Amino acid sequence: MGDLFLNFMSGTVPIEAYIGVSLIMFFAGVYGFLSRKSLIMILVSVELMINAADINFVVFNRYLYPGQMEGFFFALFTIAIAACETAVAIAIIINIYRNWTSVEVGNLDEMKE
Amino acid sequence: MQYTLLIVLLPLLSFIVLGLVDSKWKPKVAGIIGTAVLTIITVLSYYTAFEYFTTAKDLAGVYQKIIPFHFEWLRFTEYLHIDLGILLDPISVMMLVVITTVSLMVNIYSLGYMVNEKGFERYYAFLSLFTFSMLGLVVATNIFQMYIFWELVGVSSYLLIGFYYTKPSAVAAAKKAFIVTRFADLGFLIGILVLSFYTKTFDFGVLTSGDASVFAGITGVTFMGFSALSWAMALIFIGGAGKSAMFPLQIWLPDAMEGPTPVSALIHAATMVVAGVFLVARLFPVYVEYTPHVLHGIAYVGAFTSLFAAVIACVQTDIKRVLAFSTISQIGFMMVGLGVAGYAGHEGLGYMASMFHLFTHAMFKALLFLGAGSVIHAVHSNEMNHMGGLRKHMPITNITFLIACLAIAGIPPFSGFFSKDEILAATFEFSPYLGATMSFIAGLTAFYMFRLYYSIFWGKERKHEHTPHESPFVMAFPLVFLAVVTVFAGLIPFGHFVTSDRANYDIELDKMVAGISVLVAIISITIATIMYRKESEVPKKLATSFSGLHRAASNRFYIDEVYMFITKKIVFNSISRPLAWFDRHVIDATMNGFAGTTQWVSLKIKGVQSGQVQQYAYVFLLGTLLITALILFI
Amino acid sequence: MAEQIIFYILAVIIAVFSIMAVTSKHIIRSATYLLFVLLGTAGLYLLLGYHYLFGVQIAVYAGGIMVLFIFAILLTNRPGEKVELERKDRRLVAGITSLVGLAFCGHIIYWNISKVYTYIVPAELKVQDIGHTLMGTNKYQYLLPFEFISILLLACIVGSLLIARKR
Repeated sequence: MGDLFLNFMSGTVPIEAYIGVSLIMFFAGVYGFLSRKSLIMILVSVELMINAADINFVVFNRYLYPGQMEGFFFALFTIAIAACETAVAIAIIINIYRNWTSVEVGNLDEMKE
Repeated sequence: MQYTLLIVLLPLLSFIVLGLVDSKWKPKVAGIIGTAVLTIITVLSYYTAFEYFTTAKDLAGVYQKIIPFHFEWLRFTEYLHIDLGILLDPISVMMLVVITTVSLMVNIYSLGYMVNEKGFERYYAFLSLFTFSMLGLVVATNIFQMYIFWELVGVSSYLLIGFYYTKPSAVAAAKKAFIVTRFADLGFLIGILVLSFYTKTFDFGVLTSGDASVFAGITGVTFMGFSALSWAMALIFIGGAGKSAMFPLQIWLPDAMEGPTPVSALIHAATMVVAGVFLVARLFPVYVEYTPHVLHGIAYVGAFTSLFAAVIACVQTDIKRVLAFSTISQIGFMMVGLGVAGYAGHEGLGYMASMFHLFTHAMFKALLFLGAGSVIHAVHSNEMNHMGGLRKHMPITNITFLIACLAIAGIPPFSGFFSKDEILAATFEFSPYLGATMSFIAGLTAFYMFRLYYSIFWGKERKHEHTPHESPFVMAFPLVFLAVVTVFAGLIPFGHFVTSDRANYDIELDKMVAGISVLVAIISITIATIMYRKESEVPKKLATSFSGLHRAASNRFYIDEVYMFITKKIVFNSISRPLAWFDRHVIDATMNGFAGTTQWVSLKIKGVQSGQVQQYAYVFLLGTLLITALILFI
Repeated sequence: MAEQIIFYILAVIIAVFSIMAVTSKHIIRSATYLLFVLLGTAGLYLLLGYHYLFGVQIAVYAGGIMVLFIFAILLTNRPGEKVELERKDRRLVAGITSLVGLAFCGHIIYWNISKVYTYIVPAELKVQDIGHTLMGTNKYQYLLPFEFISILLLACIVGSLLIARKR
């Protein structure tokens, strides 16, 4: 933490700052996941969490392993996979809406009879 | 002599076939199969006897024990193994002949007696099972095989007594028979275990070989003042006493008359009840050599039982009950005969006489029962009060019954005279008091048998629904056959065949004893004739003057009530009820407690599976944080 | 210095808008705030020197996924209507949980970061290098995952079509 203040406004951004941003974003996503009723809001929270993780990967890649590219590619593929997952999730939400006319997550607590 | 295996296995096969097929075939087929199988094994037994008694003598004229079949069935340790096999020696061959003959007669007789009964096939299946078990018992090579077949015989007896399973009295009688004999078998088993633990063998050949080293382990071991060997042999006798209805275990035999009459003839007169006598005879060398005091005890028990049963038989009114008590009395005779015997030569007279009496008694007792069955079949009742003057209607039954009564009373030249006379001779040699008692009992026997005879066939005729008719040929033929045997069996020189040491023994007739016994018999018969041949007041007057004794004897001296008291008031109340309470309130409560606790817990944790995604996410998140914390900080 | 200022602006945008996205009563507003968060993230990528990722983020996330979201929202809700929030106690518990998690993770990271971090001058990432690595088959190269992702995309398209078709 001491570095943060020393390097404040001088030189490059310290790594702790980036990680702080991603932490806030992630736990906002957690809060949203646990406290919202609508399925779409839960999906939004999941997107937030995924993006926070992406930032983490990229930042570590840049700051700890500057010569290599694993973090970068992981973030790339994660974006692609998140896109797939969102598509399928939205298809499911539409199907649920057709059956129950509402997308509240509290309705979905029983298995098919 | 390998064909002896067939003698034992064919009835088993017949049981399985008849039991499985049951009512799919016509009933007559079952009867024919059963009878055919028995005919085959009867012929085989006769052939075995012929071959054995003519070829098995060694140079000294002693019969050898032949083991045509033997295999080891289960082995547990070096000393503990259960074998199955066939042992042929004089008494087992004799028993083979007796059992198959009587069983064949009963099978033929049942073709007529049990016709139109429901369960005809079941009856024949059980008869085959019984024949198989009894045959297996007598040819057993070791005491454990005998115990196995002993139990099988008990089961067959239970099944057959309870044949009319819709009658509550028959069911109760079957239960009583099984439980009493089972209780006695407990003693038998303990005796077997004690004996084999010290001698390290079950085998009869080893135990009775006369080799003293076999018993080296057991001499010197005492328990409560008696040697372990005495305990073992006494306990083994208790098992035999249960099966042979010795006092105080005789209570089941009169009740066992609830079964069909041919069953009574086969099981409870001729074969199963002599299993106890056979057991003592089998182990006789051990008894006579090492525990003679137990043997004398056996004699006294037999004598007391004999007297007890004879007294009761004098006042019974149900003809089958009279015959049942007569059986108990005669088995008492056989036990006495064994009990007073020594070993070898003239000492072994009691042994030989006992076996001879077993043979002849089987024949004429079966005849008596089958004859009683004829009468019951004609009159449809067991009570003597419903019969009388039947000699006009049933001549064959009359004559054969009379022959049997003369035989059992001990009138020469019928077979009963020879066998009973030898027993009396042996008892007189042992102790004059015992001899006198047995003679008195013989007198009582003659008395009550002729009382029975006159009440059925002479006296005033009663009214019947339809006139009694003679039995059909299938029922009359066994009667005639057995009557012929009874007449001529006395002439068999039994001492040439069966003796205590398997050597030859020429029977001499002791004129004194013979004279006394015949005299006693004739006096008793005369008394019976006076009292019962025609209607007379003498029986009633005697009954009222000895009213206490008469009443006690009619109620079989209240022994049944004593047993009922002990079981109901003592055992049930102080042992069974508390145990039942314990079982219901403690053990069941514990089990229900387990179930109830499980249900309660499951109710409480049901909420974990709510189906709510966000709840699952909570748990997931908290779990992850917790595990991370645990790993990092501990 | 400019770098730092830009970073702090972006950081504030991301933080504020993400919190507003999850606490808003209108769904469309949530979606819009999410869009801004994604754009902010793209800016962060650019700041770190990953131009390609910046492009992909804008194109896929902000362009494609957000459109999907808007479609889904408009198909399942009436726009403009206020959404009911959860009960107060549930929100409180969720908030506390996330704050606990935040504190925990933050503590671990900030306690230990100086042990692994050494400051190095960044170098630029060339697109040719990206291309070679993406399409190469050697040890640290990503042709196989690339092909798998294409199959995954195919499966997702087919799956979504099947799930959401009219019956």
